[in-house]
Amino acid sequence: MAPDFQKTIVGLLLTLSFLTYSFYLYSSLPVRDAVFTIDVDRGKAIWQQHNCTACHQVYGLGGYLGPDLTNEYSKRGPDIIKAMIRTGTKTMPAFNLTEEETSSLLSYLKHIDQTGIADPRSFKIKLDGTIDQE
Amino acid sequence: MEPLTRNKIPTPHLFILAGMILLATGMVFGVVGGLQYVIQGFIKSILSFDKIRPLHVSSVVFWIILAAVGSVMTYLQQHTGRPLYSPRLARIQLLIFAGTVIAILCSYCFGVFGGREYWEFNPWFALPLVLGWILFLINFIASIGSLKNQPVYVWQWMTGVVFFLFTFLESYLWVFPYFRNNIINDMTVQWKSYGSMVGSWNMLIYGCSMFLMTKISGNKDMAHSKMAFALYFTGLFNLMFNWGHHIYTLPTHAFIKHISYLVSMTELVILGRIIWLWKASVSEARRHFHHAAYRFIAAADVWVFLTILLAIAMSIPAINVYTHGTHVTVAHTMGATIGINTLLLMAMATDILKDREHISGAPGGWLNAGYKLANVSLLVFWLSLIVAGILKAVWQMDRSQVPFSNMMLQLRPAFIVFVGAGITLMVGIWMVLFAQITWYSRSRVTKTPRRIGGIHHKESTAVTVD
Repeated sequence: MAPDFQKTIVGLLLTLSFLTYSFYLYSSLPVRDAVFTIDVDRGKAIWQQHNCTACHQVYGLGGYLGPDLTNEYSKRGPDIIKAMIRTGTKTMPAFNLTEEETSSLLSYLKHIDQTGIADPRSFKIKLDGTIDQE
Repeated sequence: MEPLTRNKIPTPHLFILAGMILLATGMVFGVVGGLQYVIQGFIKSILSFDKIRPLHVSSVVFWIILAAVGSVMTYLQQHTGRPLYSPRLARIQLLIFAGTVIAILCSYCFGVFGGREYWEFNPWFALPLVLGWILFLINFIASIGSLKNQPVYVWQWMTGVVFFLFTFLESYLWVFPYFRNNIINDMTVQWKSYGSMVGSWNMLIYGCSMFLMTKISGNKDMAHSKMAFALYFTGLFNLMFNWGHHIYTLPTHAFIKHISYLVSMTELVILGRIIWLWKASVSEARRHFHHAAYRFIAAADVWVFLTILLAIAMSIPAINVYTHGTHVTVAHTMGATIGINTLLLMAMATDILKDREHISGAPGGWLNAGYKLANVSLLVFWLSLIVAGILKAVWQMDRSQVPFSNMMLQLRPAFIVFVGAGITLMVGIWMVLFAQITWYSRSRVTKTPRRIGGIHHKESTAVTVD
């Protein structure tokens, strides 16, 4: 076989595998039956509009200036979160959200909280180097 | 072929110069962001962290993209011995990119965000960027013609150009409710796209690096060797399937994590091996001729090894569970984007921008001093992030967890070193950029072909290959 032909075959096989993997993932995303209300969607939009991820993480992904918010809803409760959004902190600006916007953002944080546990202490480390959630 | 004019700046050079300005600016935003770590509320009312972070990230990401595009365009012409298929398309692409980048940076100042982690801007700005990239794709394919008997760097460029478009489009699937309507689904697709997107711009940069090494050594066989292609396909394999190491702690499909764990990050080791072998084979005379460009590659070589050590550790889920969400991840990103990408791009910029007739002999003292300052600072910067990351990892695993704000206070000494090193890193990079830009401004287009490493140079739009 000519070298160019071999390279083309390897390249095509890899590309085909990648596309198959990609489209398989798109069609079989892990969560199918979650309740995602219009209010949660609005909350997510507010999260993005204010670029909350610049400082905060969800599942350890995001900024480093503020705490991970994955399970803050169940840990702190909506009232404390609401107060922090309204007054801000030394580092975080006070966001002038309306009552409705704040309520939607809280719905989004509640939704995140229900998807799982982000605390690394909850992971069980296995001998083969993989991890499992307890 | 375009007529040569005395003061005309070729479009690929403009891409690189625009990238340099963004790098210089992006470093300032980075330092301001760093200061907000150590001085609580520092200029919060003017530029709060939610604005500073995207200003910094987008500036430096666009530096990487613009400089990589400019380098590919230049080396593509040197490789084919012909001008680009359409210099006009390249100019249109530059105008689109320049206008969009300015609009994106301004949008952050007005509080308009895309709100995505980590490279974010309003989704409408993605449209002109896609259009500009399609022009680049057309120009690239039409310029290269066929992949028949092409060296590995052409395959790398092709991969980078095609996969950047794919992954960039994929990163906007969230605008559709099907992808957006659950945080886990959304984050799975988001990190699939971003993980591979980094691999795609790495392909552009590593391809240019391979071309430059071939040019310096004069050894064309290296880029056609079986080893080079084996390493390229390993890199491509990683680009496609190793992105899951970003989301080991996300409750998504287990098979994504297992695949990523198995697909090791061998691409950087392999590149380091190539650089090492190449270095040994270059003659002293040629090495001296390309001294400045060579030295940036040599420094990147060191950073390849440091970054790969961290990358391998972080690709093991059992270790990743400790480092995830800590500054160790930032250290890895900084090592890869500054230590490898930026230093390699500076090597290319040094090589490309000197392809003109210079009034003064060499960029000189500022470049050498800046080079040393930047590398030493980067090492301190990187180590301070690792220390901060380890301290945060200890806090994350502590059963009697102190509040987040207290933990941040405990990390303060590491942040102070991080900011100090960030400032000197910025000064070092500025010195390098200042030397390169002033040196370039005192040059003019040369009409006399010069022979370098088996390639005849006139200027970037008029080159012939042996």
